[in-house]
Amino acid sequence: MTQVLLVGTDCSDCSHRAVDYAAKWAKFANLHLYIVHIIQWSPFTFNTPQENEERHMRREAELERAHSEILDPIVADLRSKGVDAEGVVRHGHPAETLSALANELDATNIIIGRKGESLIKTKLFGSVASTLVQISDHPVTVIP
Amino acid sequence: MKYPALELHMSIRKSGLALLGLLISMPVFAEGGIDAKINEAIEPFADAVASFVFASFPLAGVPFPFVLVWLIAGATIFTFYFRFINLRAFRHGFQLVRGDYSDPTAAGEVTHFQALATALSGTVGLGNIAGVAVAVSLGGPGATFWMILAGLLGMSSKFVECTLGVKYRNEYTDGTVSGGPMYYLSKGLAERSDKLKSLGKVLAVLFAIFCIGGSFGGGNMFQANQSFKQVVAVTGGDVSWLADKGWLFGLVIAALVGLVIIGGIQGIARVTSKIVPFMAVVYVTTGLFIILSNFSEVPAAFAAIVNGAFSPEGVAGGMVGVLFQGFKRAAFSNEAGVGSAAIAHSAVRTNRPVTEGFVALYEPFVDTVVVCTITALVIIITGTLDPGVDPSQGVALTSSAFESSISWFPWILTLAVVLFAFSTMISWSYYGLKAWTYLFGESMITDIVYKVMFLFFVVVGSSMELGSVIDFSDAMIFAMAFPNMLGIYFLLPVVKKELNEYWADYKAGRLQKFGGAANRT
Repeated sequence: MTQVLLVGTDCSDCSHRAVDYAAKWAKFANLHLYIVHIIQWSPFTFNTPQENEERHMRREAELERAHSEILDPIVADLRSKGVDAEGVVRHGHPAETLSALANELDATNIIIGRKGESLIKTKLFGSVASTLVQISDHPVTVIP
Repeated sequence: MKYPALELHMSIRKSGLALLGLLISMPVFAEGGIDAKINEAIEPFADAVASFVFASFPLAGVPFPFVLVWLIAGATIFTFYFRFINLRAFRHGFQLVRGDYSDPTAAGEVTHFQALATALSGTVGLGNIAGVAVAVSLGGPGATFWMILAGLLGMSSKFVECTLGVKYRNEYTDGTVSGGPMYYLSKGLAERSDKLKSLGKVLAVLFAIFCIGGSFGGGNMFQANQSFKQVVAVTGGDVSWLADKGWLFGLVIAALVGLVIIGGIQGIARVTSKIVPFMAVVYVTTGLFIILSNFSEVPAAFAAIVNGAFSPEGVAGGMVGVLFQGFKRAAFSNEAGVGSAAIAHSAVRTNRPVTEGFVALYEPFVDTVVVCTITALVIIITGTLDPGVDPSQGVALTSSAFESSISWFPWILTLAVVLFAFSTMISWSYYGLKAWTYLFGESMITDIVYKVMFLFFVVVGSSMELGSVIDFSDAMIFAMAFPNMLGIYFLLPVVKKELNEYWADYKAGRLQKFGGAANRT
């Protein structure tokens, strides 16, 4: 079984640092690297019939955009540097979905950036990194 | 990759906003006795349709409309044919709604919960607030018993409708879906045999016509009319500044509906779709609060419900009279057998159509068994039932029942009524549009013609006293049940096959379960 690393990315600065860190690790230890982007989505929202009708179409568009605008450039860049990288897009709650994906792929480690928002903001809205640390069944590396 | 529906939407948005301007000129038509003229013109036709749909036969001295028998008999037959599916799939339905069987790789698609929530926002509304008050007043507390029974049986009707809705929906190349009785009647019956093909087509067209009528009437004018009445009542009744400004209220509502359905401003719909469930929770919680704070009277209320169901006192027609009131209001409220909900449920993403049938069980359950019962209990416990009530004053009755416990609640209730009416209009504009495009094809022109007509009827509904048009629109909604249920009888074996295959898989544990909070995405 190939060992895998999972890195969460949301196209912010901190996730670039996480990607760089993961890439170094993956190259050094010769691991397969998944670059993951989670599109915020909940199965329990209230929609209009029109939204439901178009949902499948919009989901396809969201996936395509996530690949072409966020993941594909990163993956291409990493591959050119000799890293065995692959992009994955999922819909869902960021921390829960990353954790579930780590279980599914039996990841060696989840690497994620930290936005470093103020304590109050984190108390109110939570943070992906801290939630992930709480719920993950796999080791989590948080990149500041 | 191109998205034709998306582009279509953009162009509709442009032309739509221009058309909104047209609405501003509507009060000119709405005032000046035009309402009376419309009434006169439409009355003979409307009355004929209404008297046909609501044609009744005397049962123990009570005129019992055939359409009610048709709905309840069908629901009972489905319940037995599927061996009490309404009860035995109840738990599994909940697991599906919760997402226990949702594949994480399909996250981002329409979930069972979302399809159910959307369908519910189309049904939970004035029927639960106004209709129940009328039923309990005219039929006594016992009407609640029959209402609950009709709700439980109606669950089986929804199960069949929604399974078929998903099974025979159209999936287009751009990724959008269209489903509903139009499609299962035409495609489903054609699949059964060549002989049934033309019958299916006829039933589908009839359904679509009635559905358009229903979307202008019960799903629109009735909603606008009733919510305006409540707004006037809470702002001072006859002396209210708004009392003679129905057209203004209609214009505002029409403009808001227009922004959503023509303008494509989904923000308003999104806000409403979040406030409506919240209002429903507030309504239910307040109802429960009133019930619990009068807890000592609850056993007596239940006794009155059960006794009143079988041996009522002072109700015209005795037990049949009570049964009639209960069944009628349940049918009005949850629309089981009417076919409307199948349109909303069809959008779910699943490869097992029967799963949406299980989920749809919750629609009549929440709507009738839970929400209607709470309204009924509040009215019974607070003693506000009034046997002499004018059936058009249902909202006022419920309002005063809540007011007797919580003095400021009518204001909240008014907001709830307006929001429920608004979300019901959004839902019905969609149902009607689906039926309309089924008949006239999908194009920007047909789309916009329907939507402008829909908005016109919002203004008409709130600015006029159109007795016969309201009767007509109720009749149209119930007329949908004739082609719908007739076709369903032919398709029962199809549903049975789907159900048996799925149930065997379920019982044998062959369905993949993705339980656990982390995976529930």
